[in-house]
Amino acid sequence: MSSQGKILLKGNEVMSEAAIQAGCRFFAGYPITPQNEVPEYMSKRMPQVGGTFIQAESEIAAINMIFGASAAGARCMTSSSSPGISLKQEGISYIAAAQLPCVIANMQRGGPGLGNIRASQADYFQAVKGGGHGDYRLIVFAPSTLPELYKLTMNAFDYADYYRNPVMILGDGILGQMAEPVEILPYEPIVELPEKDFVLDGCKGRKPRVLKTLFLRPSMALVRHNDLLQASYKKITAELKLHEETETDDAELVIAAYGITARIAKGAVKIARQNGMKVGLIRPITLWPFPDEPFKRAARTADRFLVVEMSGGQFIEDVKLASECKKPVEFLGSGGGWYPTPDNIFEKIQTIYETEALVD
Amino acid sequence: MEFKRPTALLDACTHYCGGCGHGIVHRLVAEVIDELGIRQRTIGTAPVGCAVLLYDYFNCDIIECAHGRPPAVATGMKRVLPDRIIFTYQGDGDLAAIGTSETIHAANRGENITTIFINNAIYGMTGGQMAPTTMIGQRTTTTQDGRDITSEGPPIKVCELLSSLDGVAYLQRVAVSTAKDVIKAKKAIKKAFVNQIEGRGYSLVEVLSMCPTDWKLTPKQAVDFVNNEMKKVFPLGVYKDKK
Repeated sequence: MSSQGKILLKGNEVMSEAAIQAGCRFFAGYPITPQNEVPEYMSKRMPQVGGTFIQAESEIAAINMIFGASAAGARCMTSSSSPGISLKQEGISYIAAAQLPCVIANMQRGGPGLGNIRASQADYFQAVKGGGHGDYRLIVFAPSTLPELYKLTMNAFDYADYYRNPVMILGDGILGQMAEPVEILPYEPIVELPEKDFVLDGCKGRKPRVLKTLFLRPSMALVRHNDLLQASYKKITAELKLHEETETDDAELVIAAYGITARIAKGAVKIARQNGMKVGLIRPITLWPFPDEPFKRAARTADRFLVVEMSGGQFIEDVKLASECKKPVEFLGSGGGWYPTPDNIFEKIQTIYETEALVD
Repeated sequence: MEFKRPTALLDACTHYCGGCGHGIVHRLVAEVIDELGIRQRTIGTAPVGCAVLLYDYFNCDIIECAHGRPPAVATGMKRVLPDRIIFTYQGDGDLAAIGTSETIHAANRGENITTIFINNAIYGMTGGQMAPTTMIGQRTTTTQDGRDITSEGPPIKVCELLSSLDGVAYLQRVAVSTAKDVIKAKKAIKKAFVNQIEGRGYSLVEVLSMCPTDWKLTPKQAVDFVNNEMKKVFPLGVYKDKK
């Protein structure tokens, strides 16, 4: 595919093409709505670029194929939606433990259980707080538009390689299914990529390598390995917090939202400003590491926060932690396929203004 | 002829119990790797189970996998590095219980990998629980009155099961309980590696193996158990050899 001009693609296709452009040459996945366009697109594109597409027998197999492909040195990716991501958690824990780079996309749908196929943000805890067993972290990107989905997917491969850590693209059914014009820009690495000195490709000219996550001997070996992981997470936390702020300088009320919800909230900020209300928006782009500084700052200058998310209240916990509960945090959200309109959010803003009498 | 340690084996002290079959099979695999001259382009997968410490013994690249997932991991590796030799070394719980799905589908895709399947009819590392291949009436720590066909079902016969799949290239069941069996086992293992080198697809060698510790038998009794009991339920032979 050429890199000239904008083309109209669905979010799932935008993400897939970004992966191809970034040099992803191995994809394994399993069909689940609303992300089916990803394996479908990859099944067509991968052979064109000399890569491998496998429709795995399960999400468990798919993530383990990624484990193998990454160990063999390939840029690789899998995608799924909420119930399928639950199945991948075992493999994600192993990949994180083995410090293997890969990209995992979750186009979230309604849950818990089989839920439904409408958009949701109810896998926030699973993505950001763990999901699988053990002390590990995923770098989590939350794109808000399709051009940003394109860019962050490319970046995800670089950061995965740079930090030797799996990166999750946390999208949702709306982002995956909507179409918008996107410029297919050529890939350029945004960080200096380290040599992959962990790759298992046969021990010709070197000592045999072992990739493992079992540490039995000596007795403190696993403690040391965990300390190594934590040191890496500390580095990522210091270097990679990304966010965007909209009209927060003079804001009395600061909305906190991520992903597609933040895009909707931007509309509400505009309506509120037109009505003379000083409302701003903080949009985390990385959900882990969580950009806590803007919330700390806003907690000094604003009177109140409003968290909007497509879940019963998960992201709100990190907003409260980041703002150190210094100002009240209001909530607008629900799971199961509910999503807000700009007017819904504006109504909530009006209610807050009426009942809480926000003043300059 | 001088009897030496194969280059593909490290100079290590074994953690396997006296009379265990793993050591014999490790050596056979290592001899085959040496004879084919493929050590420096071979990558092994270590399973969960007694053989998880494969990397303490094999002098080649090794990746340790989650329980049951070696066929999927090997699939990822082989597709990225088609000119390398990938083998999985799996126990009965790994291959035929928690990883049945991965096994069947890797086999059916005809993944060009080699699988060494150790069938000792028990879970070794966790201390002697029932395996999918535990025999009817066999006592284990989770079938203390013996495996009951009405509640646990009969043992799964992996070679017979996989032989129905058109994607599979080669299936043979061998044993390591007599000297003659060991010689035959090595021939089968060699063929399973040669098949991969020649690009024939999925090859699996099932090895009936001894676990005296968890069978609560002496090494001699364990050998007799394989010869007199297991071979009846799991007949030795070639189950598939696709031309």
